[in-house]
Amino acid sequence: MDATDGNTAETTGSRRYWLLRGVRSAFSIPGLILASAFVGFAGLARDAGLTLAQTVFMTGIVWALPAKVVLVGAVIAGNSLPAAAFAVALSSVRLAPMVVALTPEMRTPKTPAWVLYLLSHFVAVTSWVLAMEQFRLVPRPMRTTFYAGLGGTLVLGNMLVVAVVFIVAGRLPPPVSAALFFLTPMYFLTSLWGSARERAGQVAMVFGLVLGPVFHLLTPDFDLLAAGLSAGVAAYGVHLIGKRRRKA
Amino acid sequence: MSFHAIDAWWWPYLFIIVGGWLATDMWRFVGVYFGGKLAEDSELLVMVRCIATALVAAVIANLVIFPSGALAATPLWLRVGAGLAGFAAYLAAGKRVIVGIIAGELVLAGGMLL
Repeated sequence: MDATDGNTAETTGSRRYWLLRGVRSAFSIPGLILASAFVGFAGLARDAGLTLAQTVFMTGIVWALPAKVVLVGAVIAGNSLPAAAFAVALSSVRLAPMVVALTPEMRTPKTPAWVLYLLSHFVAVTSWVLAMEQFRLVPRPMRTTFYAGLGGTLVLGNMLVVAVVFIVAGRLPPPVSAALFFLTPMYFLTSLWGSARERAGQVAMVFGLVLGPVFHLLTPDFDLLAAGLSAGVAAYGVHLIGKRRRKA
Repeated sequence: MSFHAIDAWWWPYLFIIVGGWLATDMWRFVGVYFGGKLAEDSELLVMVRCIATALVAAVIANLVIFPSGALAATPLWLRVGAGLAGFAAYLAAGKRVIVGIIAGELVLAGGMLL
């Protein structure tokens, strides 16, 4: 137990303080960029034939944007549910190591497991980056509270963004909708490159960009799986060869 | 068994829950369960990250090359050009995502106005 956490009244007061600090952290440049990506996603989902309720539901319950873009991609391609689930699961594996890295940072011996499982739902690139950046400024017993404020605000705020854009999107002039649809690819084109933790991730991105359209023409039913698996494994092969060469 | 296959109000939600929520949150829960037991730099995770990145990149390329809706009315060269220009601006600005998005959008808008 650390010294700042001794007084109960003070703890309750500061719990609200840290919750609000978390809420405020959501209103930042990364938060703004994420909201712009969700503007694009709302347009994409609307165009794929989803309803307003389905789109907002998907935003809250899936949360990770790559998973949702893959899911809507599977809806557009007319993929079956097992194929769609498999593709989404492959795109979401990356969340496991992110949670593995984040959980020890906000856990105290007293933190109940259900709190950690609940908060893990908020983990996606933006909230993870913001939390990893700011946790050092937050006292350890307040980190789950802080993250609840940050993650909750991002999820609810973007559900609202998606709802508003979905409603407005039908009334926009075509060039404006075109620009709106272009937000999603532009966001991922840049943020994927920056979030790659090793050179292999950037190689995988380039291979995926090229093989995606190729497999779309060759095997429209399994284009995402085929492109993701072949490009990803090929990039890993390049990574292994590079590693061996460095050792030699 | 596609998204539009069954004409019942609950089917799309079941599709989203199984294909979206279950397929995503299971990894978050695995992460909490194993918190600290998996090494971030293990070779298995490098391959997993490669596949995940390639999968999202494939979706992105398809959104640019085979778009639907209003974007489909723009020429292919303009979409690819705007993507490349935005990416170049992102790199030139020291990997600032917001600069890349704005530059790409400006080139796309400029091309549509011409």
